[in-house]
Amino acid sequence: MDAKFFPQTAELLRFLPEIILTIAGTLLLVLEGFKKDEDSRSVISTLAAISIGLAMYGTVVAYDSPGLAFSNMLVSDGFAAFFRLVVLGVGLLTVLCSTSYLEREKSNSGEFYVLLLFSLAGQCLMAAANELIMVFIGLEVSSIASYILAGYIRDDKRGNESSLKYFLLGSFATAFLLYGVAWVYGMTGSTNLQEIRVALDKGVPSMTMVSAAVGLMLVGFAFKISAAPFQVWAPDVYQGAPAPVSGFLSAGPKAVAFAVMIRVFQTAFGSLMPKLEPVLWVMALATMTIGNFAAMWQNNIKRMLGYSSIAHAGYVLVAVTSNSATGTAAAMFYLAAYGMMNYGAFAIVTHVAGKGEEHVTLDHMKGLSQRQPAVAALLTVFLLSLIGVPLTAGFFGKFYIFKSAIDSHMYWLTALGLLNSAVAAYYYLRVLVVMYMHESESTEPVEAIPGGLKITMWLTAAMTLVLGVFPGLVLDFATKFAVLNK
Amino acid sequence: MNLLDILIAAPLLGFLITLMLPKGNAGLVKLFTLIFSIGVFAASLLLIGPVLERPAVMTWVTDAPWIGTPAIRYHVGMDGVSLWLVLLSTLLTPISILLSWKYIDHRVKEFFAFLLLLEFGLIGVFVAVDLFLFYVFWEVCLVPMYFLIGIWGHDRRIYAAVKFFLYTMVGSVLMLAAILYIYSKAGTFDYPALLLMMESGKFTMTHLEETLLFLAFFLAFAIKVPLFPLHTWLPDAHVEAPTAGSVMLAAVMLKMGTYGLLRFCLPMFPNASKENANWIVVLAITGIIFGALVALVQPNMKKLVAYSSVSHLGFVVLGLFSGNQWGLDGAVYVMLAHGISTGALFMLVGFLYERQHSLEIKDYGGVATPAPWLSTVFLVTTLASIGMPMLNNFVGEFLVLQGASQINIWWAVFAATGVILSACYMLWMYQRTFFGETPDSVKHHMHDLGAREWACIVPLLVLMVWMGIAAQSFLPSIGASNKTIIDRTALQTKSTTTHAEVSNHGR
Repeated sequence: MDAKFFPQTAELLRFLPEIILTIAGTLLLVLEGFKKDEDSRSVISTLAAISIGLAMYGTVVAYDSPGLAFSNMLVSDGFAAFFRLVVLGVGLLTVLCSTSYLEREKSNSGEFYVLLLFSLAGQCLMAAANELIMVFIGLEVSSIASYILAGYIRDDKRGNESSLKYFLLGSFATAFLLYGVAWVYGMTGSTNLQEIRVALDKGVPSMTMVSAAVGLMLVGFAFKISAAPFQVWAPDVYQGAPAPVSGFLSAGPKAVAFAVMIRVFQTAFGSLMPKLEPVLWVMALATMTIGNFAAMWQNNIKRMLGYSSIAHAGYVLVAVTSNSATGTAAAMFYLAAYGMMNYGAFAIVTHVAGKGEEHVTLDHMKGLSQRQPAVAALLTVFLLSLIGVPLTAGFFGKFYIFKSAIDSHMYWLTALGLLNSAVAAYYYLRVLVVMYMHESESTEPVEAIPGGLKITMWLTAAMTLVLGVFPGLVLDFATKFAVLNK
Repeated sequence: MNLLDILIAAPLLGFLITLMLPKGNAGLVKLFTLIFSIGVFAASLLLIGPVLERPAVMTWVTDAPWIGTPAIRYHVGMDGVSLWLVLLSTLLTPISILLSWKYIDHRVKEFFAFLLLLEFGLIGVFVAVDLFLFYVFWEVCLVPMYFLIGIWGHDRRIYAAVKFFLYTMVGSVLMLAAILYIYSKAGTFDYPALLLMMESGKFTMTHLEETLLFLAFFLAFAIKVPLFPLHTWLPDAHVEAPTAGSVMLAAVMLKMGTYGLLRFCLPMFPNASKENANWIVVLAITGIIFGALVALVQPNMKKLVAYSSVSHLGFVVLGLFSGNQWGLDGAVYVMLAHGISTGALFMLVGFLYERQHSLEIKDYGGVATPAPWLSTVFLVTTLASIGMPMLNNFVGEFLVLQGASQINIWWAVFAATGVILSACYMLWMYQRTFFGETPDSVKHHMHDLGAREWACIVPLLVLMVWMGIAAQSFLPSIGASNKTIIDRTALQTKSTTTHAEVSNHGR
């Protein structure tokens, strides 16, 4: 293997989304300095949206020249392209929702979009990482930007708490991950996923040490995907962060953390998966159960969605546990579908919460169907999808996940997981109940929905329903890309 | 694309159109949904002819791929049993719409839209012959009914709606698990294909598998029926639901459960159905007697009718698990007859409520004097419900009892007490409500049936009599469909025994 000092053009193409995002982010940072007055700043959000669109195009270009890049540190394959598109899609929705939000909260400045672009760059890097150090770098780039985004409204105490918690626990998690990487390097002499696999096949001095290292990395990943028992940060962070950012955090970084987890475990540590299965089994069940049962008692919608996102992470873990190509495809489909429906729900929360996010409890949703019937109907679509009612994307997501679990002979996990989703119906129904079956207490005039939010709501709802009838539109790609290069 | 496909799609289309109608114009919404649903009913009548020609096989079949991986097909068709249940759905939808004409005064548009969505789900459930498609329609029914109860119901409507949703959900997720398991074993959701594979021995289940799968399906259906002791959601749902909701729930939605037992549980798991028949029948008979006894002491009319449903549905389950031709035919007949007569009872109780604004029996008395026609119609319905000969329920209950007595005479004896008790509670309620002193409030409020109310009740009255005296219009097609199920069951159980014998010899 002759590593060239100058990368070839093909290698640059495989790295195109990250290049676009980084350059765009840096340029916007400079541009922001020249735009002193509030009004002209809207141009920055437009440019951010355009650069995300370009990065999506870059993803397609990268997909068209598949292969390894930069001394095998990155890999551009269908799996990477899929997750790059998912996170970029979530990023685009975030831009659409944030413009009006930031104006409402009087915090409109270009840094928000810059941070978002950097975070996206990190996430795209994670999706394509073929190497543990790359995973770490991508994770850090993504996380550090996200920490700031979570506390972006500087004078909001909840936001500050959210940011600090996210930062402290997140760094803790990354430390675990890095420690695990170090041990793996010590045992196998490599951080490249394929080489680790080869080394493990040949035999290493101590399998115990490798298992311990995998355990440490699992802790790191479990933090990022908010799996039990490392889920405690999630509700606090999602509750405190600005609503568009909560939506972003629950969809994008989580999806890509799962992507990395699947790629690392299946590629490098495939031989350890049978050993890992009982651990993942328990983790999946505990995550679902804790998330669902805790969500039942919440009155704050953002907090409820936070717990629900824990429960959904549990469902995806079921797919990861099944350790098969169908399981991976199911997880990919679910993460894409979840990103959509959950972002839609957060978009509606963004709108309903009003200035300063004062209206975020269930009581504030009372009679929403009377005051804003369209908004209530759209939220109904998202909630039904989160419950998993047929003809929504969420149903097929659950369906594929539990099908893969059955295919891998995990009957108990399937039955318990499905019962869990019946429990979950209870707290989603509570929102429907207050929206449709209580009379409104508020006499405040209804605020008009800003354009970006409106587009987000309708777009995500339409996609939720379309995928509920034609899941093949996404699943076919997921199935095609789920087979990872070993 | 045949008539049945159009019929499935039409209510969904109607639902979407209704949602797009202008909000303020309640009259337009009502008129549109009424005409639309009458049109659907008229179209559904055209289905009858071809099905009756060959009731034992599926007619109006469409089999098209829907989703590639896993192979899910849009596969629908109807035989002699599903035909009548579809007609029941399409008949009761316009009646429910007409019934709610004045009663619903807020959020009119959504109410009528949800009724059409419900119709879409119901038709789908009764014609789907792909397990996955069936599950989809099964769940789709849940949502509109949840809203019908929760938004337009009475005081404790939210509790009732959530309870209804969660009970059904718990049952159906286990059914989903069972469906997935079957797919992982057989590689198809397609029900006829699955049965063929079972016949040819390509798809076999171990005893444990069959029992567990049977129980998963059975639980989902038993909750929906509802079978004692899973019935507790039903009285709540009925009492709180608006009249149209109660009518649709009692008349059609409960039949989803019994239809599922007949269509899926019995043919797919013949051995498990046989082995578990005993305790299921005991529960069914307990339900018959328990429901009747509880109905006897109810002070609330709607609750009384609800518990009578528990009792009647016990007959259906008894008939189904007797497993012979009489039992199955009787069960299907009770399903239809109960749909007509209990639907009518809920409707009449609704009429009383619209006049007096009370469901308590004690608030009534002597209604016969101010409203003679209402009383007469109520009496006919009451008699139909308690199984008076020449009216609809009699035929079905008689067949069920005959079928049960073939298996075990004591089953029939105990179940028959339910018939006697039903006469007690229904007639006693009738006496307290319609005879005796007429309180002033009743005199003041109670006017006789209006033209709209007549239009609602007459079709049902005609059917009560028709089904009572001309059972032959319905029974041959039902019997032919049921015979294929019984034949298959016999074949399956026999072939399993031969397999077992062979393997015994092998040892």
